[in-house]
Amino acid sequence: MKVKTLEIDGKLVTGGPEETIFQAAWNNGIRIPRLCHIGGLSDIGACRLCLVEVEGQNRLLASCLTPVEEGMKVRTNTESLRRYRKLLIELLFAERNHVCAVCVANGACELQDLAMSLGVTHIRVPSQLPHLPVDISHDRFGVDHNRCVLCSRCLRVCDEVEGAHTWDIAGRGRKSMMVCDLGEPWGVSQSCTGCGKCVQVCPTGALFLKGKTVGEMRKDRSFLNFIVTAREKHIWIR
Amino acid sequence: MMIEELNEAAERERDRQNQFEDRILCCTVAGCHSCGSKPIRAAIAREIEAQGRQDEVELCGTGCLGLCGEGPLVKSRAANAIYARVQPGDAADLVAGRHDILTSKRVDNLPFYAGQHRLILSNSGVADPESVFDYIAAGGYGALSKTITEMEPNEVVEEIKRSGLRGRGGAGYPAGVKWELVARQNSPVKYVVCNADEGDPGAFMNRSVLEGDPHRVLEGMAIAGWAVGASQGYIYARGESPLAIERLTTALQQAEREGLLGHRVLGHKFQFRIDLRIGAGAYVCGEETSLIASIEGQRGQPRPRPPYPPERGLWEQPTLINNVETFAAIPSIILNGADWYRKIGSPNSPGTKVFALAGRIVHTGLVEVPLGTTLRKVLFEMGGGIAGGHQFKAAQTGGPAGGCIPSEHLDLPLDYDSLRTIGSMMGSGGLIVLDSTTCMVDMARFFMEFCMDESCGKCTPCRAGTVQMHHLLHRITTGQGTESDAATLEELADLLKETSLCGLGQAAPNPVISTLRHFRGEYIAHIREHRCPAGSCEMRREVTV
Repeated sequence: MKVKTLEIDGKLVTGGPEETIFQAAWNNGIRIPRLCHIGGLSDIGACRLCLVEVEGQNRLLASCLTPVEEGMKVRTNTESLRRYRKLLIELLFAERNHVCAVCVANGACELQDLAMSLGVTHIRVPSQLPHLPVDISHDRFGVDHNRCVLCSRCLRVCDEVEGAHTWDIAGRGRKSMMVCDLGEPWGVSQSCTGCGKCVQVCPTGALFLKGKTVGEMRKDRSFLNFIVTAREKHIWIR
Repeated sequence: MMIEELNEAAERERDRQNQFEDRILCCTVAGCHSCGSKPIRAAIAREIEAQGRQDEVELCGTGCLGLCGEGPLVKSRAANAIYARVQPGDAADLVAGRHDILTSKRVDNLPFYAGQHRLILSNSGVADPESVFDYIAAGGYGALSKTITEMEPNEVVEEIKRSGLRGRGGAGYPAGVKWELVARQNSPVKYVVCNADEGDPGAFMNRSVLEGDPHRVLEGMAIAGWAVGASQGYIYARGESPLAIERLTTALQQAEREGLLGHRVLGHKFQFRIDLRIGAGAYVCGEETSLIASIEGQRGQPRPRPPYPPERGLWEQPTLINNVETFAAIPSIILNGADWYRKIGSPNSPGTKVFALAGRIVHTGLVEVPLGTTLRKVLFEMGGGIAGGHQFKAAQTGGPAGGCIPSEHLDLPLDYDSLRTIGSMMGSGGLIVLDSTTCMVDMARFFMEFCMDESCGKCTPCRAGTVQMHHLLHRITTGQGTESDAATLEELADLLKETSLCGLGQAAPNPVISTLRHFRGEYIAHIREHRCPAGSCEMRREVTV
């Protein structure tokens, strides 16, 4: 296995041939902000938060999808990247309803964490506050579309890990919405196995366990690492 | 049909056509269709029968005759004349050959036609799009037979490279280079895809080519298939242009029946099939990776590039994707040679380009001019100037992804590089003319609304950013805008341009960036004085900052 040497933020690092810039950075203690990426699932490059500058490239590249190359020079935290990330977070906050004070995931929300680490203190664009439904027809889970950031982690974990593909996206643009099966209430979904993986990977309070109130929802993602390692390496860690 | 039979078929069809004293060709493309060309054609058919001239006059349909705004258009071969605004009452004179009576309707002597150089539209007014023999009689499939008998695939690629042909879809990427990339891939399965998902508001070039000369596109694709080593092609057409789909279906059936496509093309050991795929009306499916997803039956969403389609495209195989007009340009390059093609147009943008003239212009329609022709010539000489005696303000090129060309750049040559220097782009060839009564801020708002509705919703900046930009533009055009709105607008424009996943989001702010560059004064008037200089925005004057 040929290892590649590259420079990330002035630091010499190495990465395996199959590794992306994001993984190489992560393995070397460089944390690139991300929202749609989650280890163990395929990457789609949709949230645009992990964009990095690569020397010799005239465009910003999504680090979660760009394989490392020998001699690459990457910058992950420049002034303009910070500005773009901040504005992207503001756009996400303004897109739906993200009032942390009344959210089940308050204190354990990736969107909130990103906003804090990027120094988002206020939102400069008006909140769109669409009136979206809350579906609590399932016995144990609920989905509040007003908290959804359309990262599609739930879709991918359901499709790739559970194999059910209950979730998908309907509509386009600002009308995009996660749907169960063909738009049925979650509770009557024929394909849903009730495994709850989608709830655990959801970065915000959009998917939650019933019975949790404000600030109580905590997500456990250790299962993902366990399943992926078991599948790929046939090693059962716990 | 074997290669030797192609010439015979052409000869036979030409003889058949020449038996007739006159050939009356009715434009059958959507523009003329919508202004009533069908009843005209029926009236002429009745008249031929009434006058008993079935053996002297032949009636058929043809491709776009150009002056779409003045249809229905009819051409007479004998008089070599094109008549505009033809009425059913003119049928008797047309059939009887009384052309002197019809002089007032004659339009082919207009500068609109004189300045054109028709390669892609050369069969318009000559051949019937619904007859493969008509196309063959006009020299059709000659280029395909030349390629598979006389040229090695790499020679074809070399020829296209030398011709300097640039992709007509908008970005202007050299077609030959793309072909070479696909040809070089070591894969047993490759695809050729024709991008016919033309969705820009005000653009109808590709649709007209497909409706008016579908076989030319098929021939271009088959040549591409030979050059890159593909045996399967797809045409991704829009569901919104049913006539183009109908013509393509007919053309595909005819071409397969005659052995011009299919298992053994022209009896040669070369297999090339073309299938039609119909889009469901998403603008983003014109973006190549979304188009691929849509053909595969997936949700029409883009994926990040690289890998580019020439490496990994349709079903993960190397795929050549070109625009309708690019494929349509191929046959004439093969027949006449790259050197001949290079002499047309400007050095860095050789060849001709079809433009769709729309908006506040006297002559609305399709013009094909050598690249590098000035905008002034196209609009004022050929287009007949601005309608209604107003002042020219700007021309919008490239639709929602493009920019505007203000009057001080009227003498700019229309080619890929010149347009880029002033912050616009060629796009697929839509040219919307705006006059002094058009508000540029409102136009930017219109295009932003279009992009907002057409965003696929995958990436954050395009999905949420277009909504915010549209909101800000709406505020400005209704007199509620503030200076900080303008600053936010510019910041968002930069964000979308730099961080969006695909071309749609990256280009969505272009109309805003370009109008801010050339017409900043109009923004300021809206914001500071709550007035619309063009007088088209309804301003709420009572709102004060």
